[in-house]
Amino acid sequence: MARELVTGNHAAGHTLALAGEANSAARGCCAGAYPITPQTEIIEYLRRFDFTKGRVVPVESEHSAMGVCIGASLAGARSFTASSSNGIAYMVENIFAAGFYRLPIVMIAVNRTLGPPWNIWVDQGDSLMVRDAPWLQFYCDSHQDLVDTILLSFRVAEDSRIMLPTIVAMDGFVTSHTQMVVDLPEQEQVSAFLPVCNVGHRLQHERPTTIGGLTWPRETEHHRIEIQKSMERVPEVLTEAIDTFEKIFGRRPAGVLAATQTEDADTVIIACNTIARTLGNVVKARRKNNERIGMVRAKMFRPFPRAELISAIGSAKRVGVLDRNHSPGSGGIFWQEIAATLRQCPDVLLQNYLVGLGGGDVTPEIIDSIIDDLNGRTESVEPIWKEIAA
Amino acid sequence: MTTTAQGNQETAYCDYLLRPGNTNCAGCGMSIALQWVDQALEGEKPTLVIPACCGIVTAGAFPTSAYGAPTAAATFASSPALATGISTIAALNEETQPVICWAGDGGTYDIGLATISAAAERNENMIYICYDNEIYGNTGGQRSSATPAGVVTSTTTSGKGERKKDIMAIMAGHHIPYAATLSVAHRDDFIRKIKRARATKGFRFLLILSPCPTGWKSEPEDSTELISMAVRSGLFPLYEIFDGVRYCINKRPDGLAIDEYINRQRRYRAVAGDPTSLQAFIKDQWHHLEGMVKAFPATDEDGDR
Repeated sequence: MARELVTGNHAAGHTLALAGEANSAARGCCAGAYPITPQTEIIEYLRRFDFTKGRVVPVESEHSAMGVCIGASLAGARSFTASSSNGIAYMVENIFAAGFYRLPIVMIAVNRTLGPPWNIWVDQGDSLMVRDAPWLQFYCDSHQDLVDTILLSFRVAEDSRIMLPTIVAMDGFVTSHTQMVVDLPEQEQVSAFLPVCNVGHRLQHERPTTIGGLTWPRETEHHRIEIQKSMERVPEVLTEAIDTFEKIFGRRPAGVLAATQTEDADTVIIACNTIARTLGNVVKARRKNNERIGMVRAKMFRPFPRAELISAIGSAKRVGVLDRNHSPGSGGIFWQEIAATLRQCPDVLLQNYLVGLGGGDVTPEIIDSIIDDLNGRTESVEPIWKEIAA
Repeated sequence: MTTTAQGNQETAYCDYLLRPGNTNCAGCGMSIALQWVDQALEGEKPTLVIPACCGIVTAGAFPTSAYGAPTAAATFASSPALATGISTIAALNEETQPVICWAGDGGTYDIGLATISAAAERNENMIYICYDNEIYGNTGGQRSSATPAGVVTSTTTSGKGERKKDIMAIMAGHHIPYAATLSVAHRDDFIRKIKRARATKGFRFLLILSPCPTGWKSEPEDSTELISMAVRSGLFPLYEIFDGVRYCINKRPDGLAIDEYINRQRRYRAVAGDPTSLQAFIKDQWHHLEGMVKAFPATDEDGDR
């Protein structure tokens, strides 16, 4: 294992390439590649990589990037791509198609604000836009988490009990363009960890099927129910994958979420991606002052881990959700999910904070002020905009 | 013969590309064209990629399929993108069956044009076949950019004002190795062009004028005769373009008046009795085509024509 100082984009591109290469003994790999800031370096990395049995197709749009991935995956190959922001928006039709076809494509989403007006900085509104698509979604808080989650994603997505595509998200620029020391996997480790990709329903001349044609309501319902059942199997399959991962790589990545010091906490704050890293430092500092505070780093958004979340929150009286995304007319999108989950906990005061939209820097001081606000509340109100742009 | 989507290993190879029991309307050009494609391929089954269009309705509803070949139903604008992925993986695994995109004029001239252009520019290894019925047939008959001037559709109720888009010129501009127009009234020419496309590598584009009695407001039994008339009157020239730069005309007009053609289709009712705009279109089309053939003729190396 090589310990290297790399950017998030480099780490993602490298890991995707090794995963693709690991399928050389089977039907190979293929990616559709189209640039958009801030993910461009990922597809550039893939185009430079010398695959034994693979091809990275430089297409004309994100819609076709996913189209190429769909075709390759229907032909039985391992397939992956990356996108951001309006690129994901342009790709949406084929994002849904990939999931409905039950194809285990992995896509890196480097989170960026949707435009217009144009803004290249981080906001999770792009990948959360497709929350109702049949895709798994993971949100990564560090470069190492990114590498590990990409590998886990291929293993879970391609598992015959799941067969669904997966988004692995990171913060634009904050993660994609900064460097951290990462244990980069070796090809042998990746090949040992990932079984060859087997898309059981792929197009075959020996068994000529029509995939994606017309269905009646009965078959359509059945199709959706099967997708839901597969989603419900994800936590179990993910845990198995993490167990195997630990044996091969010697470390244990976070699963559906990561709870820190929530056991005796009165106040629990929930955040994802790099805001969760900053939040971790704030929680640590407050614990030194004997505050009963804990945090949950939200990692898996689809399927949404309701049972694990309720268990992680424990006996907390107040829960604050920090959302770097916004569903106009409603509020933060993580908050919506958590509010639906915490209906079962009517005594918990749940408050949503919209913070860092458009990429504003969410500092420890801002998080401190949010926690102070939450601790002073006797009842929750509509989502609170925490404007931070100076 | 098997009629289930699951197919059957014993019978798959003696299966038809278009099976009986499909949902095509009587007189649909696709029914002829798909059978002739099957015959030209001499038993070899392609992988089909079909976007949203009548061609995927042809398959019928799951779990049955009218297609005796592996078939992917693509989103509307994506068939050449899916076919790129499929043919890439086929090549990496040394599988030789052709990958065929089978799309209507809506998916080709309009919503799919950027995707087709990109796949053609990359010279992806696929045969792209457009069965052009000059209308959005699957949604009940709205204008497309392939609809000729004067035609009444549900979105051009007094007749379309604009001329039909010259998709062949657009494809030629991509310098693809082979492009041709095909008629379901000229079997020998049709079969020869499918074989020619099959024997060529890279992006191949075939345009079929496909009769649509439902949309053309014509009689199903007139379908092939109408296409014959379109060729004879010069409205639909049969020609080939090699590498986007060398031209060859396969059939020249024999002087049949265009009135014969338009009088048997109620879609032309807005210009019935005054076909001058169509005559002008035919004249301009042939002026361009004859000029190209004269300036850039096909050579002996382009083979039998």
